Amino acid sequence: MSTLTDLGVAAIRNGVRDGEFSAREVAEAFNTAVAGADALNAFIVKTPEHALAAADAADKARAAGETLKPLAGVPIGMKDLFATKGVQTTAASHILEGFKPEYESTVSHKLWDAGAGMLGKLNLDQFAMGSSNETSYFGNVISPWRRGEGDNTPLAPGGSSGGSSAAIAARLCPAATGTDTGGSIRQPAAFTGISGIKPTYGRCSRWGVVAFASSLDQAGPMARDVRDCAIMLEAMAGFDVKDSTSLDMPVPHWEAGLSADLRGKRVGIPAEYRMDGTPAEIEALWQQGIAWLKDAGAEIVEVSLPHTKYALPAYYIIAPAEASSNLARYDGVRYGLRELAEGQNLQEMYAATRAAGFGDEVKRRILIGTYVLSAGFYDAYYTQAQKVRTLIARDFDNAWSQCDLLLTPTAPSAAFELGEKVDPLAMYLNDVFTVPASLAGVPAMSVPGGLDAGGLPLGLQIIGKPFDEQGVLNAGLALEQRAGFTARPNAWW
Amino acid sequence: MSVDTATVKKVASLARIAISDADAERLAPELNNILGWIEQLGEVDTKDVAPMTAVIPNTLRLRADVITDGNQREAVLANAPQGEFGFFTVPKVVE
Repeated sequence: MSTLTDLGVAAIRNGVRDGEFSAREVAEAFNTAVAGADALNAFIVKTPEHALAAADAADKARAAGETLKPLAGVPIGMKDLFATKGVQTTAASHILEGFKPEYESTVSHKLWDAGAGMLGKLNLDQFAMGSSNETSYFGNVISPWRRGEGDNTPLAPGGSSGGSSAAIAARLCPAATGTDTGGSIRQPAAFTGISGIKPTYGRCSRWGVVAFASSLDQAGPMARDVRDCAIMLEAMAGFDVKDSTSLDMPVPHWEAGLSADLRGKRVGIPAEYRMDGTPAEIEALWQQGIAWLKDAGAEIVEVSLPHTKYALPAYYIIAPAEASSNLARYDGVRYGLRELAEGQNLQEMYAATRAAGFGDEVKRRILIGTYVLSAGFYDAYYTQAQKVRTLIARDFDNAWSQCDLLLTPTAPSAAFELGEKVDPLAMYLNDVFTVPASLAGVPAMSVPGGLDAGGLPLGLQIIGKPFDEQGVLNAGLALEQRAGFTARPNAWW
Repeated sequence: MSVDTATVKKVASLARIAISDADAERLAPELNNILGWIEQLGEVDTKDVAPMTAVIPNTLRLRADVITDGNQREAVLANAPQGEFGFFTVPKVVE
C-alpha cells in the first residue's frame, strides 16, 4: 500500500471514514516513508508511536460507530518550533537541545484534539531565522527536488519551514505546521511545489510557539493543495485566552466555503512588485497567473503599494529588535544549555551559554536588534521602522479600496543551491515579496504555478484583506485548478 | 555611521554573548553592510506618522484577578540545567 503516502489530508480523512483503508495502515505507510528518508534530514525527532496511537484511536472510533473527528486518521509533521509535551522541542538550536516541554502548544493541542497524529518534529532554520534551512544546529534540510536528470546539486527547501516543505513534497507527510514571520511558510512552499497559508495575524495562537518576533509570528498550515490547507487551518485556528493578541472571532468553515468562482472579485497587481533582476520566467508565470484569475471570473486592476521597497529594511529592524528581546530568556538558568566554567560568575555564565548555544545567524540578529534598540539609536532605527510599518499597512488599506485580493510572485527565484548565498544580506533579499504582507498582518498564501526551465517549482502568492482567508483560499483554488500542477520530485533519497 | 569592533564588543556585552576579538572583527563589516542597507529608511518622510503598535486592531482583554494555575514546581524545574531543594541554582551572585 505504498501509494497511501501519495494521499492528501482530505483523501486520507475520507478514506478512513469510508473504510477504504484503516488509519493504522496510513500511519504505518508514512512512518515507513519517514524512516527511509534520512538523507533529506527533514525530521529532528521521529515519533512513530504518536502517529500510531492517534491512528488506533481513529480506527477504534470508527469500529464503535462514532462520528469521526475532523482529522481522524491523518498523520502530520510538526515544525519543531511548537512545544510538544514530553517530546524534544529545540527550535533547531543547540541552546534548547534536550528540552522536553511540560506543556503542549495551543496549535498542536488543537490538532491532536482534532484527531491528527504526529510523525515527528520537523527541522527548520534556527529559531526560524533563515530562508534556506541552513541555520539549523541539526544540519541542513535537503530539498527533495533536483534540477534534472543527473544533477545532484543539493538545493534549499526554503526557510524557515524547510523541514515542513521538504517532508510534504517528498510525501513523508500529507501536511505539516509551519510558522511565518516574514515568509517562512510561503517561500518554502514555493520552493518545493506545495501550498501554504499564513492567516491573518492572531488567527492561530502563539502560545507554546517558540517566539522569534512576536508582532509578526503567525502559524499556518502547509500541504499539497488548497483544500488540505483549509482543513488544517480550521483545526489550528481559534481564540486562545493564553495569547494576548489572539483574535476573538469564530473560525469560519473554510473548507465548506471553497469556491473557485471569482466572478465579482477584483484582483490587484501591485506595480512595485515588478523589480529589476526578477527572472523572466517568474514574470511570465505572474502574467499566466493573471490570465488564470481572469479565466476564473476575476477583474484585474493595477494598484500601487508605494512603500514596498522599504518593507525589507523595516523588517530587518523590527524582527531582530523583537528577537533580541524574546531571546533574552535563554540564560542557562531555567531550561536549556548551561555553560559554566570553573570560577565563572553569573554574568560570565550568561555570556558563555549564549555564545555556545546560539548559531551565527541568531547571534547576528540579536546583535542587530540590540544595536537598533540601544540608547541613542532607538528613534533613528526602531521608531522610524515602526512608522514605515504604519505606511506599509496603509498602502494595503488603500489598495483594498480598489481590489479584494493581490496577486504577486511568492519569491524572486526558484530554489537556490545550498551554500550559494553566503552574504546574509543576499539571503534577506529573497523575502522581498513575502515580508510586506507580514508587516501588515494580512493573510497570504503561496500555491505552485509551474516549473522553471530547470524543472524547479515556482509559486504564486495571493494576499488578502484582514480576516479574509476564504478569499485567499478561493483564489488559490482557482489558480490550482488552472495550473494543474502535478510535478513531483523523483525519489533519490 | 560605521560600526567598529569596539562597538560590536559593546553590543555583544549588552546582549550577553561572549565573542572573541576575531569574531568581532568578522562581524563588524557584516553588521555595517546590513545597517548601511537599512539606512535607506531615513529617506522616508514619516512626519505626522504614528509608529505601528498593533497590526490588526484588537482590544486588550482583562480577566478576573483570580489564581488560574499553580503548584507546578516539579514541572517548572523539570528542564532546569541545575536545581536543588526546589529552586533554580546559579553561581554565587553576592559576595
